Amino acid sequence: MAFSNEDLAIMETIIKRYPRSRSAIMPLLHFVQSRAGYVTNEGIEVIAKLLDLAAAEVTAVSTFYTQYKPTPVGEYHVGVCTNTLCAIMGGDAIMDALKDHLGIENDGVTTDGKVSLEHIECNAACDYAPVVMANWEFYDNQTVQSAKDLVDSMRAGNPKPPTRGPNTLVTWKQASEVLAGLNDGKAHEGVQAGAPSLLGLKIAKGETK
Amino acid sequence: MTKLTPILSAHWDEKDSFTIEAYKRHGGYTASAKALAMDPDAVIQLVKDSGLRGRGGAGFPTGMKWGFIPQGDNKDHYLVVNADESEPGTCKDMPLLMANPHVLVEGCIIACHAIRAKHAFIYIRGEVTHVARRLNQAIEDAYKAGLLGNGIDVVLHIGAGAYICGEETALLDSLEGFRGQPRLRPPFPAIAGLYARPTVVNNVESISAVPAIIANGAEWYQAMGTEKSKGATLYSLSGHVKNPGQFEAPLGITLREILELSGGVREGHTLKFWTPGGSSTPIFTAEHLDVALDYEGVAAAGSMLGTKALQIFDETTCVVRAVLRWTEFYKHESCGKCTPCREGTWWLVQLLRDLEAGKGTEADLAKLLDLCDNIMGRSFCALGDGATSSITSSIKYFRDEYIAHITHGGCPFDPVASTLFAGAGA
Amino acid sequence: MTTEVSEMITVVVDGFEVSVPKGTLVIRAAEKLGIQIPRFCDHPLLDPVGACRQCLVDIEINGRAFPKPQASCTIPVEPGMIVKTQLTSPVAEKAQRGVMELLLINHPLDCPVCDKGGECPLQNQAMSNGQGETRFEGVKRTFQKPINISSQVLLDRERCVLCARCTRFSAQIASDPFITLNERGALQQVGIYENQPFESYFSGNAVQICPVGALTGASYRFRARPFDLVSTPSACEHCASGCDMRTDVRRGKTLRRLAGDDATVNEEWNCDKGRWAFKYVTSVDRLTTPLVRNSAGELVAASWPEALAAAANGLKAAKAAVLVGGRATHEDAYGYSKFARVALGTNDIDFRSRLSSDEEREFLAARVVGSTTTYLDIDRADQVLLVGFEPEEESPIVFLRLNKQVRKRALKITAIATKLSIGVEKLKGEFVKVAPGQEAGAIASQSLSAKSIILVGERAGESAGVLSAVAALADASSAKIAWIPRRAGERGALEAGAIGNLLPGGRPVTDAAARVDIAAVWGTDALPTSIGKSTQEIYAAVNSGEIGALLVGGVDPLDGENSQAALAALEKAFVVSLEIASSAVTQRADVVLPVAAVTEKSGSFLNWEGRARSFDAAVADSLNRSDLRILSMIAEEMGTSVNLATVTAAIKEIASLGKWDGARVSLNKVSAPSQSAVSGDQFILTSWRRLLDLGTLQQGEENLAGTARKTVAVISPKRAEALGVVDGDKLKISTSLGSITLNALVEDIHDDAVWAPRNSRGSQLLVNLGVAHGAVVTVVKA
Repeated sequence: MAFSNEDLAIMETIIKRYPRSRSAIMPLLHFVQSRAGYVTNEGIEVIAKLLDLAAAEVTAVSTFYTQYKPTPVGEYHVGVCTNTLCAIMGGDAIMDALKDHLGIENDGVTTDGKVSLEHIECNAACDYAPVVMANWEFYDNQTVQSAKDLVDSMRAGNPKPPTRGPNTLVTWKQASEVLAGLNDGKAHEGVQAGAPSLLGLKIAKGETK
Repeated sequence: MTKLTPILSAHWDEKDSFTIEAYKRHGGYTASAKALAMDPDAVIQLVKDSGLRGRGGAGFPTGMKWGFIPQGDNKDHYLVVNADESEPGTCKDMPLLMANPHVLVEGCIIACHAIRAKHAFIYIRGEVTHVARRLNQAIEDAYKAGLLGNGIDVVLHIGAGAYICGEETALLDSLEGFRGQPRLRPPFPAIAGLYARPTVVNNVESISAVPAIIANGAEWYQAMGTEKSKGATLYSLSGHVKNPGQFEAPLGITLREILELSGGVREGHTLKFWTPGGSSTPIFTAEHLDVALDYEGVAAAGSMLGTKALQIFDETTCVVRAVLRWTEFYKHESCGKCTPCREGTWWLVQLLRDLEAGKGTEADLAKLLDLCDNIMGRSFCALGDGATSSITSSIKYFRDEYIAHITHGGCPFDPVASTLFAGAGA
Repeated sequence: MTTEVSEMITVVVDGFEVSVPKGTLVIRAAEKLGIQIPRFCDHPLLDPVGACRQCLVDIEINGRAFPKPQASCTIPVEPGMIVKTQLTSPVAEKAQRGVMELLLINHPLDCPVCDKGGECPLQNQAMSNGQGETRFEGVKRTFQKPINISSQVLLDRERCVLCARCTRFSAQIASDPFITLNERGALQQVGIYENQPFESYFSGNAVQICPVGALTGASYRFRARPFDLVSTPSACEHCASGCDMRTDVRRGKTLRRLAGDDATVNEEWNCDKGRWAFKYVTSVDRLTTPLVRNSAGELVAASWPEALAAAANGLKAAKAAVLVGGRATHEDAYGYSKFARVALGTNDIDFRSRLSSDEEREFLAARVVGSTTTYLDIDRADQVLLVGFEPEEESPIVFLRLNKQVRKRALKITAIATKLSIGVEKLKGEFVKVAPGQEAGAIASQSLSAKSIILVGERAGESAGVLSAVAALADASSAKIAWIPRRAGERGALEAGAIGNLLPGGRPVTDAAARVDIAAVWGTDALPTSIGKSTQEIYAAVNSGEIGALLVGGVDPLDGENSQAALAALEKAFVVSLEIASSAVTQRADVVLPVAAVTEKSGSFLNWEGRARSFDAAVADSLNRSDLRILSMIAEEMGTSVNLATVTAAIKEIASLGKWDGARVSLNKVSAPSQSAVSGDQFILTSWRRLLDLGTLQQGEENLAGTARKTVAVISPKRAEALGVVDGDKLKISTSLGSITLNALVEDIHDDAVWAPRNSRGSQLLVNLGVAHGAVVTVVKA
């Protein structure tokens, strides 16, 4: 795919956020993923040109960070936390079950291109363990069954909404646009906090039994 | 019994808590107005007097850090907020930013004024789409309200998956558009940080604590906490407990107190081991339930307060499996720059896998400890040190369990028993 | 010359005191005491990185000990510092042993087949600072075995210890960040972007500083063991930068050449041409015996006495002139210079076997000969003006030195040029765009100071009035001039008087006192008094019948303008050719005398600074006949004597001449021509030679040739639009003599100009078009 003039204009505005253009490399890589789905060679070359870098300098950066994908992922990219705490509390079981259920391995994509699977590290939601992420939205307190239901809903084209996130799950490309720093107008959607986040406050206010 | 002190979290229970309207409803942005009318040095002094220390793990006095920025040097200064919350077990900054992003924006305004910076960057980890949305919207709304853009700009920079970027110099390299690998120090960021300019790097919670300090005064803040660890902070309780969650309390509270407040370890089980401040801090056991959770208390007991990430594991948990998984994390997140961390974590994982699978020997245990000795304090940054913490501390407290794997020829634990849904037929 | 006095700091290393300049790193303070701390990532010319952790030592300062061992390659000395290395600190010793063990867990055990084996810092330091046996029993990291990252460089990622020397060199020193560290953690690896190979003119340095066998050069791979090689210090013959080199020979054959270490000149670097272009010496066309043209008109092998006699007779029989190419050593050039005057009685000698002018000859005599601008002046300059000079292409070590100062202190560089080059872009230089031929006007408007330098390339002589403008600017500003020719021998030839207006030592031929100086040393009665002919004039004089014989050494007649006339003259005259290999000259010669190549003889080049770059024969059992010795033999045969049987004799004689302190030749100002307007399909041609091209001395090295920049024709966006041309379209450039068709590249170039490489594959301008700079050509979309 080629980047449209409109895309290039957006990329210019991303560059303008920073005092020095090279700083824009990370949002630009997210932006490339929002258009191409992953980090394509064309995307690397466009970024290199815009930032006056050698293409190698762009790949050096893109390969360092795990969220930049060298090959296409699913429309819904599912991450199962298998860092110690989540793994022990059920993350390992969920991961095994999803691999089996989807018939793919870690880093695999379903043949319909809908769902990809990755075991992820701690996602800063330990009080909601076990945690599953989809397009980097929170699905809290998962079980083997709820995780299977989630990926089934994705494959059916009607994904369940995140626990703490927008009213509907956006696609991988749409999420990548948010990660490029663009505003999709969904900030006000979803809860302000989940129950565990409020536990201490409620205890302090004497609102618990 | 220590009382909880919701300050940052005081209004999280309001549905619209993340909006600028809600924030202003509770006096938001009056502290920044007050600070902007003060001499920058007076702001720094006030923060120094409050005793606020870095909440990202190291506990360095915030006001002193600000005071290191050379003044009148005619250079650009920068504030960089570390929102790359990735330390396993740590889950305080993300709920804070989801529920109350404006407190950070206001903190940025005050800090920029104090250190004479025109630019603040908030480096947030990339795996949290909705938190990024909320923060981006908050910044946008602050611009619309004229709170930003009048000499102080805040830019949201979203990461892309690299634990190492929580290390402040790696974060700066990443923000400059390089691979997120740590830099040599000196020069320290206060002298040559972002774009080689004087830079303050602070954790989300540290900067977010500032508006209330400005609003209520140093004495108010000082009155909380312990002698050298002033103020209140967010403790994150997770794992095998009845009720996990966030607890904003004065520094020095104990785990026993937090467990009592929240309902304790999950029904029918007992505490086996826990981390006081994330996986990089040496583990504790039930004998440490009464350790004061402040910088000095935890250090005296042989660990670190870190990020106050209290991960609780009960007796169903295999410590070798837990440690192996953390070690795999460090291997995955090692940036690759230095030999001890890059090669050492590669080796540690192999040794631990063998030990967990019952294929190890007692000699391997000695080798493991010697290897940790060759990594700890030999690596470029603290990531390598952190990788050894859980290994050496777990062998200290649970050597027998390692041996049991060897004599048993495998892991003697049932992994199902430790899941949340154990017994639920899952 | 001022010398910077640094504050000295005294520290104690392993109980011994040592005083070093402030800022010295601990690892080098220890070196000064002869204490070797093992290291991999450390390199004195690269920014410290502290990555490998091999050099950990214990340090205390004024009684306060660091809590853990410190990387001695990153810490500068401080007063009161006490350092304990592995020799005196058990903690440091264990730390180093631990790091070494970790470096080896993933290192393959392929030393027996690794090119680095025997000279490998990892191997050596594993022996000196490691432990005999590994405790690692696990699975090693594996990668696909060597991959080509250019046609010349291979990368074996399994062997890599990730010290980042190569990537830092490429980014910091060469400004060619085409290799980078990719991925992370244990999977971190050096790599390229898949569509852009490591095609840097300096890539060989990355190979040389690799502390393991991860980077290897295709040409040396599996060829030899280092302990079977005999190393000889040498100097590079490829350009005037003057690199110190090392030539490694096994059984009479050069197997590799490495950059030598000379802090004042090339530091520890060289370019890929200097490193890898040496196979011409052993090319199939190499001459091995003298040849004499027989009565049937055929060149046939002859004995040395036979050939020398034929040469002497021919040169005696007619009025003769001397053409000596720019690749002669200083001593050889001196031999030709003396031979012309003593044996042939003429000043008709010229070393400029290229485009040249009388203005240039005057400029060289007036401003260049004996001048003393050096690399150090670049280090100290407040700004540098480039005139007719593309440092990266034409003198790569000058480029590196400029780049170092740009990086270190943002040295201001201004290039007066027709086209913006990659090199000037990398130097962040200001590009003053001129039409070909109009450079002089732009020079006049520059403002320089007494601390500035003007680097003048040999191409400055190709546009009338440029050198006059340079001289005027230097006079007005007191800026220093440095003339940087492309060829290694030109400065030496100038100093040796291998040119029509000068005798050795910059003495004007028209100056009677100067002639007396020389005549006294040479023991002759008289020397010719009038200014001799230039290369072009010599060819013309042959063609008009005025000159009947030529003595030619190391000349390519196709390097100059009007090559048809040159070839005709070579056909017509009695030609004695001193050459290493068959060429356009030898094919037309009457007597051919094979001479030694640079690696086969001793001598020196004077680099652009005028600094002698001496070398010994690296290959002992070769022909061992320098031009100098053969010239002496021809002179004997002619009944005269130049008395220079050895290089040592020449060096002594040159030294005995001393310096000329009389009047210099004065420079007659030449005005620049007015601009000729071009439009439509008319363009003014401009060009330069690229570092890697079809040059004679690069023959036989295809791996190197594979990294050359692509041949393109460059025009400006405005003209491209008018022609309806975009990047990659074909452009046909023609003159009355011929045409070439090249891929178009639209870039920052003067609207009047079309640029093409002067001597690259598909673009040999002087051969194909008969012109190279300043001439009007026709350009159409093809």
